[in-house]
Amino acid sequence: MKRDGFVERVAFALTFFGAIFVVLILVLMFVVLLYASLDAIEHFGVFRFVFSVKWDPSKSIFGGAGPIYGTVITTIIALIIAVPVSLGIAVFISQLCPEFLKDIFSYSIEMLATIPSIVYGMWGLFSLAPIMRNYIEPFLQRVFLPIPGLRLLFEGTPLGIDLLTSGVVLSIMIIPFIGSIARDNFELVPKELIESAYAMGATRWEVIRDVIIPYSKLGIFGGIIIATGRALGETMAVAFVLGNDHSIHLSLLKSSTTISVTLANEFTEADFNLYSSSLFYLAFILLFLSFLLLGLAKFIVKRRFSR
Amino acid sequence: MRYMLRRRINNTIFLGLSVMAALFGAFWLLFIIVSILKNGFQAINWDLFFKDPAPPGFSGGGLRSAFVGQLIITVLASAIGVPIGILGGTFLSEYGRGTRLSRIVSDIADIMISLPSIVVGTFVYTVVVRPMGHFSGYAGAISLAIIMIPVILRSTEEVLRLVPWDLREAAFALGAPYHRVIMDVVYRSAAGGLFTGVILGIARVATETAPLLFTSFNNPFFSLNPNEAMPSLTVTIYQYAMGPYDDWHRLAWGASFVIVVFVLIVNISGRLFIRRRFGR
Repeated sequence: MKRDGFVERVAFALTFFGAIFVVLILVLMFVVLLYASLDAIEHFGVFRFVFSVKWDPSKSIFGGAGPIYGTVITTIIALIIAVPVSLGIAVFISQLCPEFLKDIFSYSIEMLATIPSIVYGMWGLFSLAPIMRNYIEPFLQRVFLPIPGLRLLFEGTPLGIDLLTSGVVLSIMIIPFIGSIARDNFELVPKELIESAYAMGATRWEVIRDVIIPYSKLGIFGGIIIATGRALGETMAVAFVLGNDHSIHLSLLKSSTTISVTLANEFTEADFNLYSSSLFYLAFILLFLSFLLLGLAKFIVKRRFSR
Repeated sequence: MRYMLRRRINNTIFLGLSVMAALFGAFWLLFIIVSILKNGFQAINWDLFFKDPAPPGFSGGGLRSAFVGQLIITVLASAIGVPIGILGGTFLSEYGRGTRLSRIVSDIADIMISLPSIVVGTFVYTVVVRPMGHFSGYAGAISLAIIMIPVILRSTEEVLRLVPWDLREAAFALGAPYHRVIMDVVYRSAAGGLFTGVILGIARVATETAPLLFTSFNNPFFSLNPNEAMPSLTVTIYQYAMGPYDDWHRLAWGASFVIVVFVLIVNISGRLFIRRRFGR
């Protein structure tokens, strides 16, 4: 009996350690990355780093605005494409799809989520980029270049290695996330609500717009934020199709870089302290942003389900 | 009547758009799968698995070293990550069930699952690679383990929660201490689910690239020593796909093909298993 008490305590301690480990690592990650970026923080401060575009390792000048801009723009493009498409997919799967196709469609969309990001990247470079360069981007230019304001977004020679292509690849990567979260939320809508709306004579689209979507909007919103977090931090898929250009261009058909792509490309090349410290600074910013977003999503989804 | 007509037209338009969205999604999947099949399949031969890379510019060669390196790194990562993840998940569902602490840990684990993996790479670089003074398979394994732990932790928690509380009470009533109940009752009745969760967790990290870039780095030579820089399939794909040689591209497609087939098999069988066992 005495031995049992001891083993019990050991079992408790071990499992407790396993649980607390995750928290420790997260805290440690923040501390270590912050510590490693102290040099750059001292040197450039916060505002000067975040808003300065100049990134010139040979002169020891580092500004993070380029990668931060690229990160934000690619994420926005990805969301603009992915949100409507994945909501459409969720509507289709949960409301329109014939029963026997439901599983097939659900599976195939979820399969998109399991394809490794490195494969997305390679596919983006060899299969998607040529199509973007030869067909889609020239087409967009024909449509938008005559329009005064919008022409700024589509100037330049289409290369296929640019913000737009990266946004497209990212959107394909996050469509399954938003899609499956939206589908799950649609399925939580009480049948009575839907049926009473039909009984009032509503069309399918009206039921979807006025009953299903409002009922599940918080859950979907949470899903979108999680997907945003993904898009912000995605590295490999973007590293192939974004080029690595720290300058800022308004045009979506220009090369750019993101925080994660900069890290992937330059981390092992950073041969002096301020350089690597600046990269750590970028990593810290990325960690901080993602943590904030994901925490927010968690909070929203929690509120949704604890009601 | 005009009003009814407008509603009906709207209905058709938006439902049509939704069908198009679904087709759009399916189109990308097909496009990607076809690309990988078309380019990858022709790169599959015995050489891919049993020969080491040829020097740059020479044709032929395979990716034996990368396959072996990937295997070693993944196994090491699992050796670290699986026990910690399962133990932690056990705490959340058993000793800490319903407590504030376990809710907080659960939430944090959920957040960590989605944190950018490249950040984990930079972190491990600082705490492992720098002090050791060189890239290593160990560092790669540690970074994968850090990504794996929250995944396994959460899946373990979910699976153990499905075990009916009555079962535990029955065992308590026989006088069994909690750790015996966990080992003999909880784990045993949840074994299938635990196993599936672990496999899915491993599959998830086996395809990570970004955290390996600065931890295990790469190494063109065959190596069984995790204490030095080690090649992995994913980093090799990155390097080869970015490289200038057609032969490298061919190998990269071949490796992508193998990875995608692996991931699809693991995921489909895992999901089918969960579905059969637990319904939906």
